[in-house]
Amino acid sequence: MTRRGDTAGGPAHEAGRWHLRGVRPLGGDPVDLLLDGGIIAEAGRDLSAVGATVLDADGLVALPGLVDLHTHLREPGREDAETVASGTRAAALGGFTTVFAMANTEPVADTAGVVEQVWRLGRDAGHCDVRPVGAVTEGLRGTRLAELGAMASSAAAVRVFSDDGNCVSDAVLMRRALEYVKAFDGVIAQHAQEPRLTEDAQMNEGAVSARLGLPGWPAAAEEAIIARDALLAGHVGSRLHVCHVSTAGSVELLRWAKSKGWRVTAEVTPHHLLLTDDLVTSFDPVYKVNPPLRTAADVAALRAGLADGTIDCIATDHAPHAPQDKETEWMAARPGMVGLETALSIAIMTMLETGLLDWAGLADRMSVAPGRIGGLPGGLTGGRANALAGGQAGGQAGGHHHPPVAGSRPSRAAAHDVHPAGAGALSLSAGAVANLVLVDPVARWTVDAGALASRGRNTPYAGRKLPGRVQATFLRGRPTVLDGKIA
Amino acid sequence: MMRHLLSTQDLGRDDALLVLDTAEYMATVAGRSVKKLPTLRGRTVVNLFFEDSTRTRTSFELAAKRLSADVINFSVRGSSVSKGESLKDTAQTLEAMGADAVVCRHPASGAPHRLAAWVRGSVLNAGDGIHEHPTQALLDAFTIRRRLGRVEGLSVTIVGDVLHSRVARSNVWLLSTLGASVTVVAPPTLVPVGVEQWPVAVSYDLDAVLPTSDVVMMLRVQRERMTAAFFPTEREYSRRYGLDADRLAAMPPSALVMHPGPMVRGMEIASDVADSTRSTVVEQVANGVSVRMAVLYLLLGGTREVP
Repeated sequence: MTRRGDTAGGPAHEAGRWHLRGVRPLGGDPVDLLLDGGIIAEAGRDLSAVGATVLDADGLVALPGLVDLHTHLREPGREDAETVASGTRAAALGGFTTVFAMANTEPVADTAGVVEQVWRLGRDAGHCDVRPVGAVTEGLRGTRLAELGAMASSAAAVRVFSDDGNCVSDAVLMRRALEYVKAFDGVIAQHAQEPRLTEDAQMNEGAVSARLGLPGWPAAAEEAIIARDALLAGHVGSRLHVCHVSTAGSVELLRWAKSKGWRVTAEVTPHHLLLTDDLVTSFDPVYKVNPPLRTAADVAALRAGLADGTIDCIATDHAPHAPQDKETEWMAARPGMVGLETALSIAIMTMLETGLLDWAGLADRMSVAPGRIGGLPGGLTGGRANALAGGQAGGQAGGHHHPPVAGSRPSRAAAHDVHPAGAGALSLSAGAVANLVLVDPVARWTVDAGALASRGRNTPYAGRKLPGRVQATFLRGRPTVLDGKIA
Repeated sequence: MMRHLLSTQDLGRDDALLVLDTAEYMATVAGRSVKKLPTLRGRTVVNLFFEDSTRTRTSFELAAKRLSADVINFSVRGSSVSKGESLKDTAQTLEAMGADAVVCRHPASGAPHRLAAWVRGSVLNAGDGIHEHPTQALLDAFTIRRRLGRVEGLSVTIVGDVLHSRVARSNVWLLSTLGASVTVVAPPTLVPVGVEQWPVAVSYDLDAVLPTSDVVMMLRVQRERMTAAFFPTEREYSRRYGLDADRLAAMPPSALVMHPGPMVRGMEIASDVADSTRSTVVEQVANGVSVRMAVLYLLLGGTREVP
């Protein structure tokens, strides 16, 4: 990737006119994009754009800017583990233009004051948009509702509420939360973990836990909550989003809930699409995560569920930790893995290279769908992107899914049949907000934990060679990443 | 021989037999008036205990001293985290002291595995959480072999709280490796999910298994399990899974009764059974020293030649 020329009167990284040459939107045929004034001003072959900075992007795949519904930025409270600035630098390098910052900070993001603070820190850092998630209950204690309406009407305009890390286990409280957020089209993102069934739980309960003598976290503890909450969401007609789905049984339950027409969405993490619980045999807490790594059969079911749209999106659950919280015995270590900088590569490895999704499908699962669930306004991650990402996104408009037929891959078929060429999509995308990422699809890179932009070093992929490299990220027409580095 | 002894699952048959054979020689030392070998003179063995266990610590201490090693007892009450010092910091401290072997007892499963990544010396797992207790299994196998002449081909029944037992896990792997057929007996609540992958038969009926058992190994059952609904009452547990005189009578005449201690008399084992001639409880303690001498000797550079 090389660039020539410059916009008059400002350095290249200011929002200005950018002429991206030879990009392949959603992996389709090469076209030029002209970014101007924060939007995609023109799209087509052999554009000439006087005064624009030219970026030779031959062969790079263009995707709408990625959206992460599940990021832990740790600020305020654990700035030693991550800050809004360091976490959003990691996000931009990973191709994200929006991250939803989880509420389990210190203090907890359970008031308008805290969510506005996080939102402002994100805006000031400028690497990507930060949309704070509000806590469902005061202090994540699961006993009283937090002031959800105040957070919704704050400058942060919170729409996603979650006690992530804790399950809203009280059925009545969960029902009330689901009902209450209807007033501002909010969604409750549930960390599905039945607390009594998972006391002291350390890893997936099964053959490996039996051998290692680590208290088990049964799949049923996740599935029981998903079943209950889906029933509640159906009963009161509210929106439920299920965080980090990790078991084959959960995929079945989600498929059933969607078949009822209930407004239930779900996410899966990159690590649950790749890693399995036999890694725990090393007792290395880098593999400790909540929900825990499951079995190969679960991984296969999660991939299939993501491919057929039963699971709507990929979310990182990026969870940075200070070294002393990981370099310890397994049981004392905190759960979590960093993931922003590796998410797209893992998605390429597990979904694209396996043929389960194409680039349009990947764009849907990592940008369009999470944007829609999180209530992002239109633009490249909203209505316009539906067109860019192909027919399958339009087919899921309104947050409802048609129940996928078991074994079929409707999203992939839609991507091919309804949206045969990238150029067609691009002609529709002129005028969209210029949030996009350019990916080198053939590059491979080796993960170096010490070289991550995140303060967290707790990546389970250290030393692994991963496919796909983010070369550039644009946020409203302004590059946040160029040549694979923070711009 | 391997550098560490962390579990019996990764202990091969040849190495296991080497430990037992070496322990036979070590046992002869106990019969001498001067119970000491010069083998580990100048070597430092650290007993790193994060959990109180006077029995195991004393056994390791005696084993190391009989081999003329310098022994340091390093006890950390409670977890390392509550003390504010991490396991890694402790490892670095031991490293600076020049420990040749670290004998580690820890309430967290896998802690000795982590320690082994951070120290140059050998790590001996002296019991980690509910994971493993390899020297206990080795001394049990040693005891069986001494009493019955072999391990291979025997039917060994392990009874009690298998779910929470590191002794059970280590014995399952080791005894299987040595060719015994193992049956675990417990109320279904105290058998781990995933046990189907173990090389064992599972039974919920002690009386059905006793007549064909060559060895019955009783596990301690902690009373607090009752409050967590693993079983209704102590009395019911004892009736269904306790070893009393009637059940002893149902066993073959040559069959052994074993217990790793400490026993809960009247709960999993009746006093008259524990004290009977069929019981190896006291022998197991004596054999523990011989086996731990053998392991220390072999890990700290002993050869396949018996000294």
